[in-house]
Amino acid sequence: MTLAENLFESLGDRTRRSIFERLAVEGELTVHALTAKAGVSQPAVSKHLGILKGAGLVRARRDGRETHYSAQPQALGPLVDWIGFYGSFWREKFDRLDELLSRMDQ
Amino acid sequence: MSNAGETRSVIVERTFAHAPEKLWRALTQPHLIGEWLMQNDFAPNVGHRFKLRGDWGGVLDCEVLVVEPNHTLSYTWDFASDDPNFALRSVVTFTLTPAGAGTQLRVEQAGFRSDQKQALGGAKFGWEKFLGNLEQTLARLE
Repeated sequence: MTLAENLFESLGDRTRRSIFERLAVEGELTVHALTAKAGVSQPAVSKHLGILKGAGLVRARRDGRETHYSAQPQALGPLVDWIGFYGSFWREKFDRLDELLSRMDQ
Repeated sequence: MSNAGETRSVIVERTFAHAPEKLWRALTQPHLIGEWLMQNDFAPNVGHRFKLRGDWGGVLDCEVLVVEPNHTLSYTWDFASDDPNFALRSVVTFTLTPAGAGTQLRVEQAGFRSDQKQALGGAKFGWEKFLGNLEQTLARLE
């Protein structure tokens, strides 16, 4: 399996995607904090974290009894195409520009 | 990466049913720019430095390079970050061309390093966009 396929596999699950998104947006979190909102059991969250970790998408940091997890955005490199990102960015902005032009006086 | 020194561009074109003069106003008047692009302190003077402020809290550093009324507008579009994957130095150029009763608008954003795929201009907006795009990509695979 290539790295990109491994990443797709890892993020192909909705629960894993939401766990990864929370870590990306909220920063470092413990399994407890993640379980509180994940809608699945703690062992299930731990299993998902293990898969994300295997794909290099999250990093674990041990601190006393708790393990803190954080997202590793650079692991997404093979999936993210900046050209594609800014292409859709400008198309979306052009939609708003078109709406604005329609509202403006001649 | 051997081609790390090369850069790539994004080009998006669209024809609007409005005159070039009207598009020019939307591209150069700060309160109008704010309505379709981002909050800003733009002024149409070469050398003017300004900031574009995104809804997500990110700030882009810009400097006006070219002002040819109703035809060409160009400015730098830089995002400062200690993380080289997220730092961006680029140039955005708008070109207006009359097209029948309307105007063709072309935007070219140049300067993306080919070794810098995941730099999204920073922060939450990038993540949300990315995850949205990923969702679509995954949906196509299924």
